[in-house]
Order: sequence, then C-alpha cells, then structure tokens
Amino acid sequence: MADREERRFAEVSRDSVKLMAESTGVDLPDDVAALLAEDVCYRLREAAQTGSQFMRHAKRRKLTVEDLNRALRWSRVEAVCGYGAQDTLPFRSVKEGELFFVEDREINLIELALATNIPKGCAETMVRVNVAYLDGKGSVEPQGTVPSAVQTLSDDLHKYYQQITRAILGEDPHLMKVKSVSHDLEQLNRLLHMVKSLVQNPYLYLGSYVRSLVSSVMYCILEPLAASINPLNDHWTLRDYAALLLSHIFWTHGDLVSGLYHQILLSLQKVLSDPVRPLCSHYGAVVGLHALGWKAVERVLFPHLPAYWANLQAVLDDYSVSNAQVKADGHKVYGAILVAVERLLKMKALSLSQSADGGSTAPSGSVAGSMGYRVSSPGLSPPSEPLSEAVLGIASHLQAGGAGCPWEEWSPVPLPAMYSELYSFFGDSLAVRFSTGPGFGSYRPCTPACFREPRKEPLGPLANPDTARKMPQLTANLNISPREDGSPRTDPPPPSLAATGAGRSSSSRPGQRSTGLSRDVFPKARFISPQSGPPAFSFVIGGRQMGRRCQGRRPFQTTFASTSSLPTNPPRAYAHKLPVIGRVGKPVRRWTCSHYSLYLPL
Amino acid sequence: MAAVQGGMVDAKDEADIKTEPASDGFGNNHANDSRLLSESPGSSAAAGNSKPAAGAPEDQQTLLAVLQFLRKNKLSESAEILRREAGLPEEVLDPKGADSAGSGLGGSADVDGGDASALLSRVTVPAPGGAKAPTKAGEDQPDVNVVLSAYSQQGDPALYQVYYNGLKKFIESVLDCHRAELSQVFYPLFVHMYLELVYNNHESEAKAFFERFSGDQECYYEDDLRILSGLTKKEHMRGNETLLDFRTSKFVLRISRDSYQLLKRHLQERQNNQIWNIIQEHLYIDIFDGMPRSKSQIDAMSGSLAGEAKREANKAKVYYGLLKEPEIELPLDDEDEEAENEEGKPKKKKPKKDSAGSKSKKQDPNAPSQTRIPLPELKDSDKLDKIMYMKESTKRIRLGPDNLPSICFYTFLNAYQGLTAVDVTDDSSLIAGGFADSTVRVWSVTPKKLRKVKTAADLNLIDKESDDVLERIMDDKTASESKCLYGHTGPVYGISFSPDRNYLLSSSEDGSVRLWSLLTFTCLVGYKGHNYPVWDTQFSPYGYYFVSGGHDRVARLWATDHHQPLRIFAGHLADVTCSRFHPNANYVATGSSDRAIRLWDVLTGNCVRILTGHKGPVHALAFSPNGKFLASGATDGRVLLWDIGHGLMVGELKGHTDTIYSLRFSRDGEILASGSMDNTVRLWDATKAFDDLETDDFTAATGHIHLQDNSQELLLGTYMTKSTPVIHLHFTRRNLLLAAGAYNP
Repeated sequence: MADREERRFAEVSRDSVKLMAESTGVDLPDDVAALLAEDVCYRLREAAQTGSQFMRHAKRRKLTVEDLNRALRWSRVEAVCGYGAQDTLPFRSVKEGELFFVEDREINLIELALATNIPKGCAETMVRVNVAYLDGKGSVEPQGTVPSAVQTLSDDLHKYYQQITRAILGEDPHLMKVKSVSHDLEQLNRLLHMVKSLVQNPYLYLGSYVRSLVSSVMYCILEPLAASINPLNDHWTLRDYAALLLSHIFWTHGDLVSGLYHQILLSLQKVLSDPVRPLCSHYGAVVGLHALGWKAVERVLFPHLPAYWANLQAVLDDYSVSNAQVKADGHKVYGAILVAVERLLKMKALSLSQSADGGSTAPSGSVAGSMGYRVSSPGLSPPSEPLSEAVLGIASHLQAGGAGCPWEEWSPVPLPAMYSELYSFFGDSLAVRFSTGPGFGSYRPCTPACFREPRKEPLGPLANPDTARKMPQLTANLNISPREDGSPRTDPPPPSLAATGAGRSSSSRPGQRSTGLSRDVFPKARFISPQSGPPAFSFVIGGRQMGRRCQGRRPFQTTFASTSSLPTNPPRAYAHKLPVIGRVGKPVRRWTCSHYSLYLPL
Repeated sequence: MAAVQGGMVDAKDEADIKTEPASDGFGNNHANDSRLLSESPGSSAAAGNSKPAAGAPEDQQTLLAVLQFLRKNKLSESAEILRREAGLPEEVLDPKGADSAGSGLGGSADVDGGDASALLSRVTVPAPGGAKAPTKAGEDQPDVNVVLSAYSQQGDPALYQVYYNGLKKFIESVLDCHRAELSQVFYPLFVHMYLELVYNNHESEAKAFFERFSGDQECYYEDDLRILSGLTKKEHMRGNETLLDFRTSKFVLRISRDSYQLLKRHLQERQNNQIWNIIQEHLYIDIFDGMPRSKSQIDAMSGSLAGEAKREANKAKVYYGLLKEPEIELPLDDEDEEAENEEGKPKKKKPKKDSAGSKSKKQDPNAPSQTRIPLPELKDSDKLDKIMYMKESTKRIRLGPDNLPSICFYTFLNAYQGLTAVDVTDDSSLIAGGFADSTVRVWSVTPKKLRKVKTAADLNLIDKESDDVLERIMDDKTASESKCLYGHTGPVYGISFSPDRNYLLSSSEDGSVRLWSLLTFTCLVGYKGHNYPVWDTQFSPYGYYFVSGGHDRVARLWATDHHQPLRIFAGHLADVTCSRFHPNANYVATGSSDRAIRLWDVLTGNCVRILTGHKGPVHALAFSPNGKFLASGATDGRVLLWDIGHGLMVGELKGHTDTIYSLRFSRDGEILASGSMDNTVRLWDATKAFDDLETDDFTAATGHIHLQDNSQELLLGTYMTKSTPVIHLHFTRRNLLLAAGAYNP
C-alpha cells in the first residue's frame, strides 16, 4: 500500500504537448495544452491496459508494440507503424536534455539490396518432444537446486546434460564422460553457460563441487579441442568465456576449496611450459592467467615468457604456407600475452604507487584485499585435500599438488626490470599500447646504471622497434636468475625441479640485478632477499639462421650462467622442443643439435 | 457433421428468448433490473426514481423499457410478442418515451437478427459498444449518460471525506466479529463516492479523496484502483469499462443480519444520507441469519469485480453426473488374447454382448437425463474409438501421491514468441498450435503422417466397395509431419480438436471462429458473431457443439452446422477469457476477467453458478472427470477448487508465482496438473483435496466455507522447464502427462 504513492503513471507533460503542436504548426495556449496532456495520458493508459489484455492472451510476459497496435486498432485509432520488431528496442538517452529515444538508424537501402550475404529464412517452427520427468522422479529432491534445462535439448544433448549434471553434482563419477561428446563447441558453450548459472545461483551451495566445476571449465580453456582444427570454429571465444568464468568461480567460490588457486595456476603453468601442446591450449592458458588477475600473470606467465617467447617467435617467423594456420594461432597467443602483460605492468605500477603512497611495507600482494588470500596461502604447499576426481578425465586438468609440475620458486620482480624485459619482447608494440609507458622513463634511471646501461645499448638495436605489428626479428634477453635458496619462502623446491623446471629456471629474471637500488624505491623489493650466489646471465638470441633442412627460423640459444652457482640448473633449454609447437607430428630429437650453450662466468 | 436427434434446433427461438437475464432476472429482480434499466436507453426516467420500488412494478418497468427499445429499433413484431407474453395492455407500446435517448444500437441488432435480437442487443450492446470505440462514443453517449445519471444527485463534495471517514471510524469501533463483514462496504463505497465526485466535476476533491482512502482498500483490488486513479475527468468516464461495470451491476455483499442492522442504525442515526443512498442504489446486500463471517472467510470469496455471488444465484440444481456411456459391444475382458488379435483389424464387429463395459448402467441420480441435450449419434468410427479408449484405459497407470505421472514436454521451437494456444487430441496422436501470426499448425506426434484426401477427380477412380476405402481416399503424396492452416487474420487464441479428430476449431483476434477439416486441411466454416477478439473455444466432449468466449463479454454456444449461435451466455462483466464444457455436455463453465467463474446450463441458457474468489482474471478451467468438481486458475497464480453441486469453493492451491494457463485432471481424477507462466508444472493431490471435504448441510446452506491452508500438503511435485511457459497440459489415456509450450529464449 505504501508504494502506491510512488507508483504514479507515466505522464506526458504539457510542454511535450506544446512541442508536438508546434512541430505541426499549431500554437496551443497553456490551458489547452494542459488539458490535452491530461487526456493524452489517460488515453495512453487506456491503450496500455487494453494492450496488456492481448499480451496476456498471447501468453507472453512482454508487452509488444503489436499488442498496443491491436488495442489501438480496436479503438479505431490508427496503429503506429514501424516498430514491429519483436526484439526490444534499445532506448538511448541524451544526458543534457533528459531525453530518451529509440535509436533510428538510417539504413542504406542500396547496400541492403545488393548485399550478398542474404540471411537465411527463419527456421521452421517445430515441435520436439522429450521425456522431461520419469515417474515424477525428482519431486523428492528440491527441484530448485537442479536447473531443469532439459526440455529444449535434443535427445543426445539431454543425455549429455544428465551426464554433466551428475558429473557436477557428483552423483556418479563414472558418468563423467564429457570428453566423449565435447568436441562440439556448441555443447561446450552450453556447458559453460550451465556452469555459470550454477555458480550464479545464490541458493546453491556448491561446496566441494567447485573443484569439479573448475575442472570442467579448465577443460574448455585448455583442451586442444578437435574443433580447433577447423579455423572456422570460434573456439577462441569459448576459451575467453571459460577464462572469465574461471575467474568468476574463483572469486566467488574460491574460499570453498583450499588450494584451488594454486592448483589452477599449476595446471596453467604446466600447459604453458609444455611446448608439445598446441597453441590454442597455450592461448587458453594465457587468457586464463589473465583472467585470474595480474598477480597470476606475474607469477606464472612472466617467468615463463622468455622461454615461451622463443617458441612463439619461431612459429611467427615461419612464413611457409603450411604454417599459416599455426601462425595465425600464434598471433592470437601473441595478442593475448600482450594484453596480459600490459595489464600486469599497469596494475603493478598502480600497486606500487599505492603502496608507496601509503608507506606500506607489506608485500605487494596486500594492495588489493582479495589478493591477500593468495599471498597468505602457503605458496608451495600442495593442496591440503587431494583431488577426489583426480582419476577422471576432466580432473586431470587440475593439477594435483606437486604431481606433474613443480611449483616453482617465485619471487617478485621489480617493475622496471619487468618492463625492460617485456619491452625487449614486445618492443614498441608494448610501449604504444601501454598508456603509462612514458611514465616509466622516470623509473628507468633507478635501475643500476652500471649494469643496465651497457646492456641497454645493445638491446636497442636488437629489439625491433620499427613497427608494432611486426614481431621482433631478433630478441635478446638479459636475465639474472634470483637465488632460490635466498628466497624468503622456505619451502624447498620440489625434487622434480631439475628435470622439468630447468628450462624455465635457466631463463632467469632480471630481478636480481636491480635489487640493490630498487629496494629503496619500492618497499616491495624487500621481498627479495639479498642474493647469495653469483648472478646467472642468460642470453637468448633468436635469429634467422639458414641451416640445413631448416625451413625458416631455427633459433638457437645462448645461455650465460655461472657454472658454479647453478648446480641444479643444467643448461638444458626448451629449444629442442621448440619447433614442435603446433606440429606435434615432427620428431623431437632432430632439433637438439641446434642447441648451443655457453657458460660465461660473470 | 453428425446428425442431431432433433429438438435442440427447433427449440432455438424459444431458447433465445430465454437467455440469461430473462430467467436469472425474474428470480432476483432486485439485482437485475438496475442493469436492465441502465442498459436500455428508454428508461432513463425509471433509473432515476425507481430504486426502492417493490418487485412487481419494477418488472413492469423493465418490460416497458425493453418494449420501448424494441419499438425504437423498428422491431415491432418482437415487441408485440413480448407484450403479449408479458400480458401488458396494448397502449404500452405507445412511443411516449421516444425522445428520451438516441439509439446507438442499430448495428448490433442485425447481428443475430430475428427474435433473438431484442435480447441479444441488450446483451451485446453494453459490452462492445461501451468502451472500445472512441469513434462510437457519440452514439454511446446517451446510453452511458443514462448509466451515469444516477451520480447526478450529489452532496457537498467537501463532505465526502468526512462521510467516508465517519463510516470508517464507526466500522473500526464495532465489535471484532462485525468488523470484517462491515469492512466489505469500504471498497464499493469508496469507488462509488469517488466516481460521484469525478462525475460532478470535483476533480481536486476526487483526487484528495482517492489519495486519502485508496490505501485502505484490500490489495486484491489494486488493478481496479489503478484504473480508477487514472480517471479524473467526467469525459473519461464515458467509455470506461470498469466504470460501466460498477454502475451497471450492483456490487454484491454478504452480510449477516446483525452486522447489517448495526450499519443501518449507524447510518440512520447520523442521517448520513449520502452513504445510505449509495448503499441503497449501488450495493446489493445479501443478508443472512447467523454468525458473522470471519475475515478469512470473506477474503476467500471476495475479489470479483461485482462482489460475491448472491446465494440465490447458486441455488439452482446442477446435474453434474456423467451421462451413461452408450453400450458398445466390447471385446470381453476375459478374452484378452482375442482382444489383442482384434487390434489389428478393429473394424470387425464382435457379435457378443458384453456386460463389463456397461458398468455405468445404473443412472446416476445427479446426472441429467440422457436426452436432456440432443447429442449426435455415435458413428461406427466413434464406436471404434470408444473401444480403443477402453482398451487403453485398461492399461492406464493408477496415479497417486506415490505414483506420479511421467511428464513429456512438447517444446515448440522457433515459435518466435508467437505460440498462443495448444491442443492435443484425446488419443494424443495430434498436436496443434495456434500462433500470433494467424496460422494454425497441426503436427502428428505419431509416426503416422498427415495426409489429405485425394481430389474429387481422383476419388472418382476409387473402388468405393473395397474394405480399405478409408485408406484409399488418402493421398500419400501429401503426407507430411505437419500441416499449416491459413485463414485467420489475427492471432489465434484458442484451438480445439473435435473428439473424432476430424475437425479443428480455432478462435482468433479477428472475431471469428473457424472450423477446419483435418481430412482436407481446409477451412470449412467461419463462425462470425463475436465481432471482437475471441479468446477461447472448445468442442463439447460429444462433438457437434462448441462454445466460444471473447472480448464482447459473452460466451456463445454453437453447433457446427449452424452459422449462428444457439445460445448466448451473457452476464460476465468483463471479457470471457476461457470456456470449458462439462463432461456431460449439459453445462458450460466460463472464466472471465471480472474474476468470476460462471456455470451455464446449455439447455436453458441460464447461469446456474457464479463462483467468486479469484483475485485476477481467470485463465484456466478444468472439470474433474467425474463432473463433480471444477478447478480454476487465474493470473494471481492460485488454483481454486469448486464443488459444482453445492457451488462452494472447496480448496485453494497456492504455489504458482505467475498466471496459470492450463489445468488438467488425470484420467481418473486423482491428480491435478497445473501449468503456468512461471515455467513450472505442478502436480496436486486431487484425491486428498476432495476427500477431506466435509460439506455439511450448514456450510452448503450458508455458503460459508472454511478453507484449510494445506497447499503444501497437496503439492506433490514441482517440475521446472527451461524458459518455457507451460500453456497446455494433457493426460494421455494411459495417464502420461503431456505438457506443451514454446521455448522462450
């Protein structure tokens, strides 16, 4: 009752009436306009009321223009033509005048008439039947928790749905055969939307099912789907959407499963560091990381970038026709990485400036409240509860703690160093897109000149600055690996580090080098412990080398590292796996000969 | 169409004369004459000063008004007949009141022509004429003026608030037991006072009055209040349906004698003439002896546009029993194997007589006589179908709370929001959809495809003596899964298959009902008469007859071989939104936007039940298979259960959150299924709902019901769909539940 006061009718004001009268050349006195306005309001309401009757009988919830027109017609009033579209017409507003109007775009009739992509006719109206409920089953359980999206699905989709439902709800793990049917993007999209509705359902306590959900989503992000082979299939969108969903799940339900974040990161990292996987999987990993926030990018993508970059470079520089598809995929990955690192830089700069302003001595993770969770959770501890579904196909996309891929020792890299490293990859395309780019000039001098400047000189010409679009032909990477044992994190590196993680750790980070000075500038630098060993300096040169039986690029790598300081880091490189990107069929061993390593004590 | 056993058609003229008001009216004159008067333009004088007059003169005046009207419309013959029947002297036909009002009714008189027109026009005029057409407003004006003229007498507008407030104070101060009953007066009083203010051009006072007291009204009147609040000018009152409804029908209140005496004494003591006048003029107070009713009892029954039903209105005897099934030679139950063998060639007749099939041999005392309504004779094919039906029913699943039906959902894909009606044949072999784009589509849901009959030339070549002639006449070239029927010029709001599956009815916004042949897939007849959108239509369970109801506020009974309606059921105060046949075909139930349900006798055309209690337009009706009960669903999301014999509400099922568009009892009546706009199907335990009834004599006599709030116990299941409003439900002969709707992405 109380809200009856507010629920007044829409009214046509006197001014509107006058305006309309003027537009037809009639000058109305005020009192006439007021009377008219009142009458117009009444007639409008009358028409709306009659129109709503047509709506009710058409068994719709939405009042359409057609309904109103019928009401007008039965009242012997001319119908309003031109608004018969079934879709809602978007209202646009003009801020200044508080004017709302339906956008009426001009249509180029010529273009329309000569258009070659003639839309197909509407699909035939049809009836489809399916058994929605057998013997009233399901009535015992609370129906509200199960999205009964069954009716409109075809038979096989219905089965599929049931499987998914059961899989997600954990009724029968053996029915979780998503893989068998899931190379259809359409179905996967459906799956994702269902996951989304599950996640968004505020009345549904997902509990530990979050893990299953996440693994399903991860599947969509990472799996090299059969559908990806056909370039016409837009599996990219699927991956993007899945990535968004992943972050959404994580932020809303991350607290339900401990260690989830690390599992996700681990699996993404594993995919990223596995050159055998096709580029679309890599793309998925990158967007996944991106979606999880800049911290994730910093933590996983950034350390892997040097290694990964060379692989990507190779693909991008291969201009052969047979490579075209892979190359296109490569560009996609390149774009994704670029977006990710740009955000990383931006956010990092922001966080630094904030933490600097606040005088906070806390580690960088405290900038955003939500980040606190991640930082506070023990970085290296394996998930407390092992994956119950680890045996299942999908769940394999979630790394069980420490099983496949080691959780690498990680320490933050100061911003300037990061920037310069990234710059070395992306060249001007990074600077151009990074809006705060110029601002970083001020940071650069902070880096130790003695070390930095000499390197900058050769870097300049090496990094290809000419165009943003073009990949750098030759990249140089200056890295100094931080000391693992010097990290504040005390967990020992997993034993498998040497085996799998070597390629990564050999491409070390420039953090060490800049530590000394930047610590004063950025409180965050405190996080990095004083180095205890000689810095390793790795130098990667990717260049076109016309060798025997190599079409296109054959990169080679030069690693400079101190032999003494890196006992656990055999100078193994990823290079031997490199060309396999996107060409899984090729033998791997052939390329090992292109691997050269130099040890150069610094 | 099947032959009719005579009678009905011949009786048409007589019956037309006897349509609702004539019979309904003489019983309760007091209520009816105000409507009669107001609707007949010649009676403006009478309307002004005749209110407290006794029964007999009023009757006469009514008749005079009708006679005058007839004369004015040059229907002297009808007038003469009516005069003779009423036994009035000849001089009454003198055109003494010819100047009183113009006649805007010319057009409607020839719609139905002949004798019927007098009554028809009376019935149809206020409905279509009144509200819809501004261009016709000029013609209608005199009529409406008559209607409104009662408001011309007025008190001091400034005192209205004082009067109303005084009454409010009084009612708040009376004993609790009377308060709920007397509170019923508020709403009609409020509306009439407000309208009086508006009518007399006291706009600001009216607004202030509305502002002050609209909040006190019951929430279920909100829709009407919204309309009222928009109405602030006398000009707007012309042509406003709600307003006409208020004036033309007396708002009915049921109040115990004690409470009424209290009110009367109060008003007379205070000399509160204004309010007393309104109560006298515009309200009908149905006084009963006994305990005042409680608030919940009142709330359960109120909500209708015209208040509650008068008790007399529901007194007539209703033969709700089922007709005896015709005896059909049926394969014996104990010869199951043989029956199975028969299935392949069911045409062969069994020579044996069977006693098992005629279990309904004993005449139900509550059933109408077999020939009360002439019904078409059974054809051979009908008998075959009955046999099939009985065979199927032996395999029927017995449903119950522990044995719920499986649900099959028929989803209409790519309907683009255009699906407006669905029907399924009784044997569940065909499904039809009516669409907003004016088409009707029929699908076969069995592997058997739809075929047309061959052309006449080809039919000549067929050997008519052959056994499979019925098969031979079909043209295999035309076989397809679905057929589309074009002919309507507006959205198709109602469709119905004939029981023999040879015909399909469709009703549309274009004002017509069309009969389609499912053998040729062409339109056979267009039944015109409604002139306004026809919201619903349904075949009688025995075929041949059908009923339709529409925006013109009347339901019509038709026979397929007559282009004019056989009966016009008039009485609803707003659109007839749905209409259903009773299983014995002797009655028709109609639901309306006036939030009431009426049951009509097909034979006499009388309204035999008025069921009030819904708080929104009624959109779904279903009779229980035994004919005893009626279920109704409305936009308020509630299902109400009614005992037809007693005319009582016996249950209220709450659960749906949106309009209920379909209701269906299972074949044995144990389960009630309801489908709604809220994308759910709900199953209710009908057995329990009806078994728990204790309809003692007192309740039956007073109509005071005690509803238990046991919806949750009765709800057996809620089944969601995905974005698919459920607009049709159907139980197959084996009790599988079919639901249908259009996917609405």
